[in-house]
Amino acid sequence: MTNRHFGAPERRLEDPKLLTGRAVFTDDIVRRDMLFAAFVRSPHAHAAIRAIDTAAAAAHPSTVAVFTAADLGDVLRDVPLVVPPPPIDGLVFNKRTQRALAHGKVRHVGEPVAVVVAHSRYEAEDAAALVTVDYDPLPVAAELEAAAHAEAPQVHDGVAGNVAAIAHQMKGDYDAAAAQAAVVIRRRFTYEHGLAQPLETRGVIAEWDSGQERLSVWASTQAPVSLRGGLADMLGLTESRIHVVAPFVGGGFGSKLLMYYPEEIVIPWVALRLGRAVKWIEDRAEHFVATSQERGQIHDAEIALDANGVILGVRDHFLHDTGAYNPYGLTVPINAQCSVLGPYVIPNYDSRFTAVFTNKPIVAPYRGAGRQHGVFVIERLLDLAARQLGMDVAEIRRRNFIPPEAFPYRNGITFQDFTELTYDSGSYGPILDRLLALVDYDRFRREEQPRLRAQGRHVGIGIVSYIEGTGIGPYEGARVRIESNGRVTVATGVGTQGQSHYTTFAQIVADHLGVPTDAVDVVTGDTDRFHWGVGTFASRGAVVAGNAVNEAAEAVRDRLIAVAAEALGCPAARIVLEDGRAVDRDHPDKTLALGDAARRANPMRGAVTPGTQPGLEETRYFGPDAGTTSSGAHAVIVEVDPETGMVEIKTYVVVHDCGVMINPMVVEGQVRGGVVQGIGNAFYERMVFDAAGQPLNATLADYLIPTAMEAPTITLDHVTTPSRQNRIGIKGVGEAGAIPVGPAFAQAVEDALAPLGPGLEVLDIPLSPDRLWRLVDRAKQQCGARQIDALTMT
Amino acid sequence: MDSLYTLTTTVNGRIHTRVVEPRMLLSDFLREDLALTGTHVGCEHGVCGACTVLVDGVAVRSCLMFAPQVDGCAVETVEGLAPGPDRLSLLQEAFRETHALQCGFCTPGILMTIKAFLAETPDPSETEIRETLGGTLCRCTGYQAIVAAVTLAAARLRTQGASP
Repeated sequence: MTNRHFGAPERRLEDPKLLTGRAVFTDDIVRRDMLFAAFVRSPHAHAAIRAIDTAAAAAHPSTVAVFTAADLGDVLRDVPLVVPPPPIDGLVFNKRTQRALAHGKVRHVGEPVAVVVAHSRYEAEDAAALVTVDYDPLPVAAELEAAAHAEAPQVHDGVAGNVAAIAHQMKGDYDAAAAQAAVVIRRRFTYEHGLAQPLETRGVIAEWDSGQERLSVWASTQAPVSLRGGLADMLGLTESRIHVVAPFVGGGFGSKLLMYYPEEIVIPWVALRLGRAVKWIEDRAEHFVATSQERGQIHDAEIALDANGVILGVRDHFLHDTGAYNPYGLTVPINAQCSVLGPYVIPNYDSRFTAVFTNKPIVAPYRGAGRQHGVFVIERLLDLAARQLGMDVAEIRRRNFIPPEAFPYRNGITFQDFTELTYDSGSYGPILDRLLALVDYDRFRREEQPRLRAQGRHVGIGIVSYIEGTGIGPYEGARVRIESNGRVTVATGVGTQGQSHYTTFAQIVADHLGVPTDAVDVVTGDTDRFHWGVGTFASRGAVVAGNAVNEAAEAVRDRLIAVAAEALGCPAARIVLEDGRAVDRDHPDKTLALGDAARRANPMRGAVTPGTQPGLEETRYFGPDAGTTSSGAHAVIVEVDPETGMVEIKTYVVVHDCGVMINPMVVEGQVRGGVVQGIGNAFYERMVFDAAGQPLNATLADYLIPTAMEAPTITLDHVTTPSRQNRIGIKGVGEAGAIPVGPAFAQAVEDALAPLGPGLEVLDIPLSPDRLWRLVDRAKQQCGARQIDALTMT
Repeated sequence: MDSLYTLTTTVNGRIHTRVVEPRMLLSDFLREDLALTGTHVGCEHGVCGACTVLVDGVAVRSCLMFAPQVDGCAVETVEGLAPGPDRLSLLQEAFRETHALQCGFCTPGILMTIKAFLAETPDPSETEIRETLGGTLCRCTGYQAIVAAVTLAAARLRTQGASP
């Protein structure tokens, strides 16, 4: 195979549809006699439901039906746990999953209580407003640390202290390591991750065909095949009688991950019950409380180092807010637990977390998925240690990197995919070197920063490193077929939400079969076209499905060559595939068009020989025994205005390593978009709840997503360390950009404000202008009082 | 709703007369009554800009207007941008070239915003481009490629004297 397409920054095949308005998203789908649904949602974070009066809503002239939990019959049960907890010794896990509609109790604002079906969405909302629910408000467990107290209000009966899970992972002997340390740094860190906020909200359309006895579901989901499995389970239908399609999806970032969202069950159930097509499209107000979020963790962490800045060990005990239910198991806190280890040799590690139920919306992965929290802890600990030791922040990282010869590197603890956390390959030192060169680090420290400081300006730099586990199993599959017109169809079970799979999968296939990429039609997320698969999340789509596509394309190539060799009367070794034809290398006039080869492989006469198949089509599955580890380093230079608390990003540089790139243009898009989400997380985005569990900023006017005015121009470079986990050497890139921005930002702000005194430490993310202003104010007072020894270093 | 409203509007050069509820949003009217689903609804409170269309040449948020308000007006949507089937406008082509879209959900609103912007500001600075884009949200790209697309399109429009 010659790499003409694989590795090239090819323009995207999906763009013409998206640019002209022809791309079909869920809300664009119209079915015959379609009805519209609106949900009645809880206004309380915690309340008993005493009665629901639907009479007035049912009497509305447009209402077709009103349903509550009492109508659901067998469907009224806890949804299946999507991800079971990993096998960790001594693990405590209390499974509490949501139901399709709340029954007896509501446990967070926005939990659905009833659904109204009418002839238009406008009228469905009119009628939903007529549903009266008699609530008996209950004490609320809202704030994470308070909810973890033994005497806190219980989100679920019988779960004292709201313990959703406790997981303790250890390697080595931290106490023994700390006893020999020259320096031990101990701090409390809080890190709140925000909401994914894809521009397209969720949505579900369902239709029951009584003639074919088939249920069709169109959903804005990242995991259509898995959703079909859950629907079969909940609705008591054979999987083959359910057809799930994820059409064009307007962003996901985890929020459209498989959760068995209540609406994903209720809408198909209503369609079955009424025998009519039903559409529900989430509005933005619903999205703020009905779609999964990520939120806070509180880490009490310490690091022990020798006098040279070499890490001896880390201890980290943390609380994780899991919201009212835990259908996604422990993925987020396990990722945080594993991410603390970073790209560093940490011989002794003691990490224990408690996941805590709170009366807030469900926490499930959002781009980064707990990695942000863990990376923040280790990077900040290293920064504080460097300061204590009088060492450069880049140098302390370099001294602790896992060396190139140590791969595959086993970390001795269990990862979210149930395997031992193992890094397959990495080049952490070269990445940092490249970053420092690009940001001209030495000159900044030596000339630029002193010059600006002399002018009274507060300019600082942040340098962080990180790794990202990507491409986890269990598997994905793909079917590649050469069609009778010479085009190639690729079908895979993953969904796609903007990751460019229509293009990158075509690039993988094109080189194998000697066709241009625009001769390859990629089908994703349609269970009738490919019915095995898991989903697009955890930076795994390109790696796992991409390798299945690669293997299926290779297999089709072998069959194509065999057919062509027979047709052209030459040895297979002489067949060359180019320009949509098979050519006899020694007789370039002897050719067979791919379409003709496909017809030849599917003849109207003659038998299919036992052990062979008709057509030029192959299906392959790729199931890696473990994931593959991407890595990178970010540098940011900021200027802080201590009077207003505003931060301006002057420079942002990323050096990233996701192994071999299928399409560098796509990779750069993923990284840049991720960084800007990370900037939102670091400085702008925070979902605020009051003590009663009420969201206080549930609009896009109050929950601040970065705009083009806040987003910097990002300089990007790549280091390529091929994956050892797959033959094409690729690693995932979906989440990388978003992960390390918080600590980079914190370090840069702290550096910018260092002249105010060493007492100013950024230990909480998101920062915001007001939080920063308060930090500055406190530092000024401390500095004025010369209370430098108030630093809590041991 | 008791009273209905009859409106006549020109959308992408075609005249449509429809009877609607007075409360019908322009965005829903375009999507549901005229089946022009390229206009996307992201927030329904005027922040994200995904639903931006042109009304008499001015970029507006169609989720903040009622359909009867465009009675007698000319509306342009993303479906009207391309010069023909299987062809892209210069602006659309620039977006494709610079990878200025990923999921593509916000893209129609941004294209319409920029069409109006470039008509008024043929030689924009980066700051002007970013200020204009500041009225729309994109969650995928980080905006850098969109800024590049607008810069590229503006330059080509100036040399070619073409329409965005």
